[in-house]
Amino acid sequence: MSSVIAIVCFLVLAPFLGGFLDGLDRKISARMQGRIGPPVLQPFYDVHKLIHKQTIVVNKAQTFLMLTYMAVQLFVGVLFFAGSDILMCFFLLSTGATFLVFAGSVTHSPLSTLGTNRELLQMMAYEPAVLLACLGFYLAPPDHTFVVSELIQTPVSAILYLPGFFVAFVFILTIKMRKSPFDLATAHHAHQEVVKGITTELGAKNFAIYTITEWYEKVFLLAVVALFVVNANPLSYIAAVVVALAVWFLEILIDNTCARVKWDVLLKVTWVVTLLAAGVNMLILMLVF
Amino acid sequence: MAKVKKSPWVLHYDGASCNGCDIEVLACLTPVYDAERFGIVNTGDPMQADILLLTGGINAQCQEVVKQIYEQMPRPKVVVAVGTCACTGGVFKEAYNILGGADTTVPVDIYVPGCAARPQSIIDGIVKAVALFQQRSDEHDKGIVNGSREGES
Ligand code: SF4
Repeated sequence: MSSVIAIVCFLVLAPFLGGFLDGLDRKISARMQGRIGPPVLQPFYDVHKLIHKQTIVVNKAQTFLMLTYMAVQLFVGVLFFAGSDILMCFFLLSTGATFLVFAGSVTHSPLSTLGTNRELLQMMAYEPAVLLACLGFYLAPPDHTFVVSELIQTPVSAILYLPGFFVAFVFILTIKMRKSPFDLATAHHAHQEVVKGITTELGAKNFAIYTITEWYEKVFLLAVVALFVVNANPLSYIAAVVVALAVWFLEILIDNTCARVKWDVLLKVTWVVTLLAAGVNMLILMLVF
Repeated sequence: MAKVKKSPWVLHYDGASCNGCDIEVLACLTPVYDAERFGIVNTGDPMQADILLLTGGINAQCQEVVKQIYEQMPRPKVVVAVGTCACTGGVFKEAYNILGGADTTVPVDIYVPGCAARPQSIIDGIVKAVALFQQRSDEHDKGIVNGSREGES
């Protein structure tokens, strides 16, 4: 029963929470740059407007691909909040991302294709850290399990056993949230190096779908961050929310203080951090426990 | 009626300008003027843009590009000519390669004069364009297309 409530809450509340966080993100970023910034509800105004624009579809397959992308990403969240297998969640997350890649490459636009190639590179960069994070949850004592509903019942927070995995996961979150310095495929900001990268050829309505899917995804990713902290003690949920919000704020700070890097730097830095933080953590776990 | 006026996304294209007006357009986004407080986003993508800001006159080379950008923008849309060059051709009007102002190529709705146009007047022009954008959106929802100047070019 509680898992049904969790699923419904996720499906209904996640877009509002994600959009609200997005609005706060823009407001905080503006304040960091000495500007007033848009209203906090601006992302909702934007999506509302995008839906009301004329439908322009470059390629008929695009709408289907975008809807599939959205459906799969939603399903990932549903699985997670239903307390299912975390490994399954992340496999599905990557599957969903490939639909976005298809939607980006189906139009043959040079800018969109460039953005798509970079998206694939980003996936290559963050995927090891994501898989290692799943493995970390499994290795963390006492019960070796991938199942989320059992992971939240552990006597101590997973982060105590998995600090390295946590660092690696937060590091790749910058890529997943499309924050500078790792916003190679597409950016939320006005720098127009590859116009809008992978989303260049999305018409207004498809772009609205993309934005809403991003909100769902953001909530899911922050929930995974929270999973590092949650344990059997109900009070740990408060700590988990605080940690997730702190990580979210850290991403905004990084976004506003770093310049975009080239793809080879992205790949090297991400893999080195993943190997050093998560790899060493994994070795210790395997040798000691 | 959909309230679209809170989210005007601007696409800025530089025709044959001296770059003076372009600097002023970008100045609108700086902390001093902060156009984003009106929800204005400077996007580079015509397929997601609402307001086309044109600076500089039109020459034979950029005419096709401007036309294509305009056609790629989904309705409802508004065109703003920024600077004297974009309004009439300006100081380059008599030059052999200049065809004239932006209205030689696309239907212009709002003219923002000045050489270079000041950020204050550019923002003023965009605010006027936003009102027109809302009106067009209402007409678009009612299915009126020819009431506005769409499809004339
Ligand atoms: S109006 Fe003046 S400042 Fe603007 S593009 Fe023309 S010459 Fe340059």
